[in-house]
This record gives sequence, structure tokens and C-alpha cells, in this order.
Amino acid sequence: MTAHVRFRVNGESHEVDVPEQRLLIDTIRYEVGLTGTKLGCGVGVCGACTVLLDGKMVSTCIMLTAHAEGADILTIEGLAKDGELAPIQKGFLKYGGFQCGICTPGQILAAHALLEYNPHPTEDEIKDWMMGNLCRCTGYYKIIESIEKTAAGEV
Amino acid sequence: MIPFDLRFPTTVQEALELLDQYGEEARPMAGGTALVLLMQQRLVTPQVVVSLSRVDGLSSISANGSLRIGALVNHRVVEESPEVKAGWPLLAETYHRVATVRIRNVATVGGGLAHADPNQDPPATLIALNATVTAASSGGKREMPIEDLFKGYYETCLTPDELITELTVPRPVRPLKTAYIKFLPRTADDYATVAVAVALDVADGRCVDARIALNAAGSTPIRARDAENVLRGQPLSDEVFRAAAATVPAIVDPVSDHRGSANYKSRMAEVFVRRALEKATA
Repeated sequence: MTAHVRFRVNGESHEVDVPEQRLLIDTIRYEVGLTGTKLGCGVGVCGACTVLLDGKMVSTCIMLTAHAEGADILTIEGLAKDGELAPIQKGFLKYGGFQCGICTPGQILAAHALLEYNPHPTEDEIKDWMMGNLCRCTGYYKIIESIEKTAAGEV
Repeated sequence: MIPFDLRFPTTVQEALELLDQYGEEARPMAGGTALVLLMQQRLVTPQVVVSLSRVDGLSSISANGSLRIGALVNHRVVEESPEVKAGWPLLAETYHRVATVRIRNVATVGGGLAHADPNQDPPATLIALNATVTAASSGGKREMPIEDLFKGYYETCLTPDELITELTVPRPVRPLKTAYIKFLPRTADDYATVAVAVALDVADGRCVDARIALNAAGSTPIRARDAENVLRGQPLSDEVFRAAAATVPAIVDPVSDHRGSANYKSRMAEVFVRRALEKATA
């Protein structure tokens, strides 16, 4: 059966007809065409597929597309405005918060959500929040530093 | 995932009618964080998925007297709720410790309980806090102590036409001394090797009442009644805590896996019950 689903992605309205079992990550990548959202573990653990759904971060690899009906979705492609990177993106660039880059869209969206929720997190609060975004290049110190410096306005 | 027919009832009554109509063929889905995984692995293959995402009336928390949490409230809302933090701080802390923010934004209280994975965090705390759960079907409602809900791995006493609608936690007469501790030798978001919740009602240095429960120590959450009996009526002391904890290995039934052997986990269950009692009363 087909689900007719309406949502906004990065401010732009979309209407899609997808099989009812279609996961949100596949709809974002292959119907909307935004491939910055990455498939990592596929079981909601690694955070590579993170997007913000109505401002809250979710795992799109374990969410039905139909459960995004009416939602406002922010993907990594929507963070920069008018060609200018968001502060958290500048922070990750300036302080080297990534290595291979596959986890980076999820890391940045998670960090962005953290700073929206808590603009001046402590190191422990950063670790607690970012715990669900795995980096297998072992870049955690740089990720924490990128977030701390962004929060301090040093980007 | 095997294709299914996805339905979107907008009221509890409509959801219950669909569950009644399709019986074993249907599964309700709230956030889907657990059910989607089971369906992808084809461990669960419903013909009809009854999405609860548009159902009204099960998404609020009230704390007039007892705490009442609608089944569709997500974990993150419970941990952030000022009422829960003030009146039932152990519950807010326990929901905070489930998985990661991403999962807690989506996973619901009712969905987590219906999933009945004995490794989950909330059940032990809910048993320690004497919670009850309400299940509804088109035939009516029933309320049961939370520990009666769980029957085995991923198995509850719910019939296919029943839906968890509400969780109720009584307000303690005076603040309880509580703790929830997890043994996590691997990563912070891992399931616990063993986890313990304790809630002690203490007056004049004496334990008036005690409720203790364990997660990840058998096929269901386990209430440690023998340990509670050792504590009840006794003055708080290290000796009494040790005696209470010593009753625990006999009532747990963990499985050997990559987190440890069954024997090791039984011994750690004793250690963690003692530590939880120490932490609660520190």
C-alpha cells in the first residue's frame, strides 16, 4: 500500500507517495534527493542518519516516512543560510571535529540541537548529549572542542 | 521490511476497534523505535500496523495526587517534566538514562513497556515506585501492578486487542530514599549487565518499607521480595544492606552472554543491590 505524506524539508514543502513501510532515511535520500543524511548502523544506534524533526533529533533509519506527516525536517543541507555556514559548521571546520566525515552530518545536527537546547553546555553535558553519535575515526576530543568553541563564540 | 497495511486511527476507541478487528494479525506502533527493528528482522510480521501517531488523548502528564502518564508520552518528556522531577526524581533520572536523546525523543512510555525487553531501564524503577499500568480493549479497562505486566522475554500479559493507555505512580507520603544504578562495563548507551532500582521509606533511621527490583537479571524485571523483607522494620546499617543483598543471587536468572556469565551476573546482582542501598541512603 502507498502512503501519501506531506512534510517540509529545510523549509521547502514536499509531497511524496511511498510504500507504507518506507523508512524516512530512504525517502529523504531517494525521493527528496538529499544524500547528506547517511545510513550507518541502520538500527538507531550510531547517529549518522540524524535529522531534526520539529526541532528534535531523531534516527531516520528506524522511523516510518508516514510518521513524519506534517513535520518540519532539518537536514544537514539546511543548516547553511544564503551560502554562509552555520556557526556549528564553522566550529567543526575550524577545530577539526571530523576525520573521514561519514558521521559528520549527524554529529553537526546533534551538536546544533544541543546548542539550541542549552547554549552553554558543560563538557559533561556535551558528552551526555553526544553519546548517541558514534565516530569510528576516534575524533571525540575534537568534536567536544568544536562544540565548546562554537558555544563560546570562537568561530 | 515486509509490506503491511498501515492504519491511522485518531482516537483510542478507533485504535481499539482496529486491534479487535485484526487480532493477532495487527500490531500497534507508537514511536516504532523497537517495533521497526523487530519487523526489519522479520521477528514480527504484522499484516496490519496500527499507528498510534495521530491518536489524541494519551500524550499528557498530570500530577494531581498520583502521577499519571499517558502511554504516548515520550521518554524525553518524562525526564524533562518539572512535575516528575519534583515528585518522582528517580523516575526522571531513569528515563534520562534510556539509550540516547534521539531514541528518547521518539520512544514512548507505553511502547517501551509493551516491548517488554527485560534489559530496559524503566521497569525496575517503576516496580520500586509501586507503579500500575492501565490497559484498554474494546471490552473495557484493567489496571495491574507493573510487575504483573511482564511474562517473559518480549512477552506481556496483554491480549492482542489490548493497548496500554496509562501509567500511574502513587505519590509517596514522604520523599523516598531512592537509587537506580546500572552496571555498564562497555559503553554508556549499552544495555546494563545488571541494573537495580531501590526505593526505601525511612523514618527515624528505620526502614518502614522497601521496594527493590532488577533489570537484565532474568526473562522479566525481577522484584527482590526477600531482600525487601530483610530490610523492612530494620534500622539502616551496612550489615542489614549486606544481608538483604545476600538474598538476591537466589532469585535472579540471568543468561550468559558477551556481558558476562550467568554466575558472574548473579554475583554482580548482589553487589549492585548493596551499592544501590548504600547510594539511596548516602
